[in-house]
Amino acid sequence: MSTREPLVRLSRIGKQYGGTSALDDVSVDIFAGSIHALVGANGAGKSTLGKVIGGVVRRDQGEMSVDGRPVRYSGPVEARADGIATIAQELALVPARTVLENVFLGVEPHRFGIVDRRRMRKEYRELVDRWGIGVDPEKRVGGLRTADQQKVEILRAVKSDARIIVLDEPTSSLTHVETEALHKMARALRDQGKAIIYVSHFLDEVLDLCDTITVMRNGHLVRTGPASAETEESLVAGMFGAAVQAEEFGKADRSAAPVMLQVAGLRRERVLDDVSLSVRSGEIVGLAGLVGSGRSELARAISGADRIDSGTITVDGEVRDIRSPADGIKAGIAFLTEDRKTEGLFMELSLAANTTIVDLKAVSPKGLLDHGSERARARELLELLSVDPPAPRAQVKGLSGGNQQKVLFARWLFSHPKVLILDEPTRGVDVGARAAIHRLIHRLADEGAAVLLISSEIEEVLGLAHRVLVMRRGAITQEFPADPPLDDVMAAVFGLPGGNQ
Amino acid sequence: MKPKPPDAGTTIDRPVAADARRRAAFIPRAIKPEHIRDYGIVVVVVVVFAYFSFASPVFLTGQNLLNILFQNATIAIPACALTLVIIAGNFDLSIGAIFTFSGVLCAWSAVHWGVWWSFPVAILAGALMGLINGITITKLKVNAFLATLASGLAFTGLALAVSGGSQIIPTSPVFAFIGQQSILGVPYPVILTVVVAVVLQLILSYTVFGGRLYSVGGNPDAARISGLRVDGLVIATFVITGAACGLAGMIDASMTNQGSATNILGQNLPLAAIAAVAIGGTSIFGGVGSVWRTIVGVCLLGIITNGFNLLGVPSFWQDIVRGLLILVAVAISVSIGRLAKSSDGSTA
Repeated sequence: MSTREPLVRLSRIGKQYGGTSALDDVSVDIFAGSIHALVGANGAGKSTLGKVIGGVVRRDQGEMSVDGRPVRYSGPVEARADGIATIAQELALVPARTVLENVFLGVEPHRFGIVDRRRMRKEYRELVDRWGIGVDPEKRVGGLRTADQQKVEILRAVKSDARIIVLDEPTSSLTHVETEALHKMARALRDQGKAIIYVSHFLDEVLDLCDTITVMRNGHLVRTGPASAETEESLVAGMFGAAVQAEEFGKADRSAAPVMLQVAGLRRERVLDDVSLSVRSGEIVGLAGLVGSGRSELARAISGADRIDSGTITVDGEVRDIRSPADGIKAGIAFLTEDRKTEGLFMELSLAANTTIVDLKAVSPKGLLDHGSERARARELLELLSVDPPAPRAQVKGLSGGNQQKVLFARWLFSHPKVLILDEPTRGVDVGARAAIHRLIHRLADEGAAVLLISSEIEEVLGLAHRVLVMRRGAITQEFPADPPLDDVMAAVFGLPGGNQ
Repeated sequence: MKPKPPDAGTTIDRPVAADARRRAAFIPRAIKPEHIRDYGIVVVVVVVFAYFSFASPVFLTGQNLLNILFQNATIAIPACALTLVIIAGNFDLSIGAIFTFSGVLCAWSAVHWGVWWSFPVAILAGALMGLINGITITKLKVNAFLATLASGLAFTGLALAVSGGSQIIPTSPVFAFIGQQSILGVPYPVILTVVVAVVLQLILSYTVFGGRLYSVGGNPDAARISGLRVDGLVIATFVITGAACGLAGMIDASMTNQGSATNILGQNLPLAAIAAVAIGGTSIFGGVGSVWRTIVGVCLLGIITNGFNLLGVPSFWQDIVRGLLILVAVAISVSIGRLAKSSDGSTA
């Protein structure tokens, strides 16, 4: 392999978002006829690197060359012209058009402007025969499953003679059988000389499928080497480095406290599979799992943000029929969304309005909104949470990420929830605000709330939780008591057999 | 650890013969929601048509049916072209103003430059105004609603300026020819409508350009990544619509033998045309639709007006029925679209 010239050479690539560095000094060579994995934890920069290659993200530093020729793409269209196709989680297809029309979009065979459907079908059959990927050409793409939509994207990529195909987390919404089929496709493409860049956090898949693995951590390159030299344990060690010590909280015994939240047999098609759990008053239960494992989906289902197919949710001893977030709030469930910008805050509105929105009646004596009392109540909570500045009239969009997150907390404190579901409560928050939020979570639990905590940062979950539940592919697969060994939880998260029960 | 059962439908190497077999058995076994969405409007037209045929002795006569087509020609032509704009994911509220301005310019040029100038001038002026719309929307990135609302206002003002606020009445008998003469009993406006509709439908169904409009409306990002010149395609739809409005304005001027900036039809045209497109089942959000649907929509509205007039139903009832019809049509297409999301409807 070393005697050949690399198809794509990345040298000293850097990328910053705001002040934080998503990629820092990353150099990788990618060869034709190989499947090259990019692995790392969430936020390690593996997806960003894939996007730099596909022209979706522009690099800030470093050089990239294709076939020894330096390139700088201003968008995916230019990368496509160089034979680089990106197949991302959000698929770029036209749902209302047929498979055939999507595969040939932009390269329709025609005579004097009139589409030559006969030739299109013939070329499609040739593609199918050559690559062994078949989807009914007359079906509309919008009605296909994700796996089939991916096939359409791959067919389109090979149709336009792509030499490099970036697959960004391609199997996160696929079933086991579909994943196998995708792998078969990827191998067929490799055997015909394509370079496949496979971004994934499923280590078993990566080891099974890929020829070369690049491990990343916090935007840095850890190493690139042949897959045969790696094991799941060595990859996990590379991805996480030495375990970071989290702040220790006292964890009082809650085993005698009343059960506040009881979930039984929760199902949602393709997302949740028979999930049951209970959280006691004062207890913090951590949910660990990879993105796509179903942890956020579980939170959304319990809070009413997403519909469930079956299952029961009991709050404080009472079975609740939760069909909307309004039902959830009424039942005493507060849900702190992971996406505060689009689902959480009203950026243009004041801090006071953002705080009181869930229960305006509390500040509306006689049915009319009393702005004075709204601001007074909001100021009280904002000061309690040390929001800086605690100015009820200020616009939320002027605050830092950490302060914005505190405003969301203030909103839920205002409504006195029985159950608090926190999805990534410290994402994009600086270290100081993070510690403050941790103390706050702890205090809310002490005051009797049942807390379900989701975080991609395993150390955060272990530091706070009385119990840790591990989710994988839509189901809870393992439960740990307080302060379990990090390695065991990681093993469970990645589904390794090594974790002791 | 894998909760999902092995999915029997997932096939790699799916034999193409199976697809052919599946397609050969294309006769639907049951009526599915998407059939109602796709063909419900045709059923409604047939029912309404049958009702008026029984209720009025005059309705089902060749002369009356031609009359319906003749009276709606100047709505149908802009509506057919507007279908292209809407499929590509845009909107045009200025069609009435373009229609009016073209009519005025047509009459004006017949008087000042000679009658043979009037026809090309009307169509070219319409196309030029469409070009202005298209450029404003794609290059200046003004929202299509606002851009065409504003340009429509300006075009109407321009029409007033050209006409000086009064009717322009050409005297040449040639001017009245297209609007008022017929061949083998079929008026020229009807023939022109059929030609425009057929040509635009063929463009949508069979040309690269037409197919790409669906993609631009259905997923602009995918279209761009696939290398389509989205701006150019969008501009083309506006130019075509402008030209069609020019043609319709010219026909109207010829029918009435005058050009007037206070043309009632021009004022009503945007809503009538949009209603016809929506009733036919073309998605207001783009990506789905066809010209024949719009023709069905125009016919339904025309039949209702004509039938009610023949039966002596007061005009306020007509407005109420038409309003409800638009509401029902759009509600059905939205709700059934949701129901039928996962199934594969036949292509319109």
